[in-house]
Amino acid sequence: MDFFKSILLSALLAGVIAGTALTGLQALKVYPLIFAAEVFEDAGQAESNPVASSHSHEQGNQLASGHKHGDEGEEWAPADGGERLLFSLLANVLIGVALGLVLAAIFALRHVADWRQGVVWGVGGFIAVNLAPAFGLPPELPGMPAGELLARQTWWLATALLTACGIAAVFLSRGMIWRVGGVVLIALPHFIGAPHPATLESGVPANLAADFATASLATNLVFWAILGILTAEIMARLARPSEPELA
Amino acid sequence: MAQTKAADHTAVVQIRATQVVQASLAALLGIALFVGVALSSPTAVHNAAHDSRHGISVPCH
Repeated sequence: MDFFKSILLSALLAGVIAGTALTGLQALKVYPLIFAAEVFEDAGQAESNPVASSHSHEQGNQLASGHKHGDEGEEWAPADGGERLLFSLLANVLIGVALGLVLAAIFALRHVADWRQGVVWGVGGFIAVNLAPAFGLPPELPGMPAGELLARQTWWLATALLTACGIAAVFLSRGMIWRVGGVVLIALPHFIGAPHPATLESGVPANLAADFATASLATNLVFWAILGILTAEIMARLARPSEPELA
Repeated sequence: MAQTKAADHTAVVQIRATQVVQASLAALLGIALFVGVALSSPTAVHNAAHDSRHGISVPCH
């Protein structure tokens, strides 16, 4: 099969399945913690601003921050329940396809076509995208104190990309200088330090936050393992028929 | 003989270069899609992907 098409198709199939599996795992262990935290978030907002007591991330933030854009009034948000779950599924599937595209691109170039190698690459992705950024910015529940959003997002993305490049330099290069350089890349964002909130006071109970941090990381590890296995296996099946005969 | 080998080698290098370009495009497409879903700021996108953003532990609020 065509090189680019095989990347797209394996990322698409693997991403849809891995994203769906992630949603299932999150529905069991992660979303209940988010919903529980929102109760504390709303209670905190009700205390500080009685107008915003009605609930939630969609309108509460806007009212609490005291500004509205345009004349639309309330911003759209999925209704609690099935609709909210459906949009989480959609987002997770898109994220699965997106990260699957990166894995599939690497697998196609490096001829990774075995589920064991797929798992190893998946764990590498987990370390770069989830574990390393979480070392500076622990998984956040709604209502937890946090630094400025854009600064955190920038640090998060830079850490994920630098860690991915660092892991690649350590494991795929053939020179000590590259390996040392890779370790420096992995360590660099942590020496610079993640943007932290001005206050550590939180309306969300500490045990809820601790539960959430481990639940988030564990479910993402499973997601990456599934994504790595499926991307490698699907790519192997797509590539096989068009490989030249050796006879 | 030597010319054929050199031509073969050039062809292999060209195919490899095309593959690297295609794979890089696919990876960039993936990163762009990820940023769009997990980090972009429009409120509607934030609200739709809210639980998913928290779940994959990207900064959300």
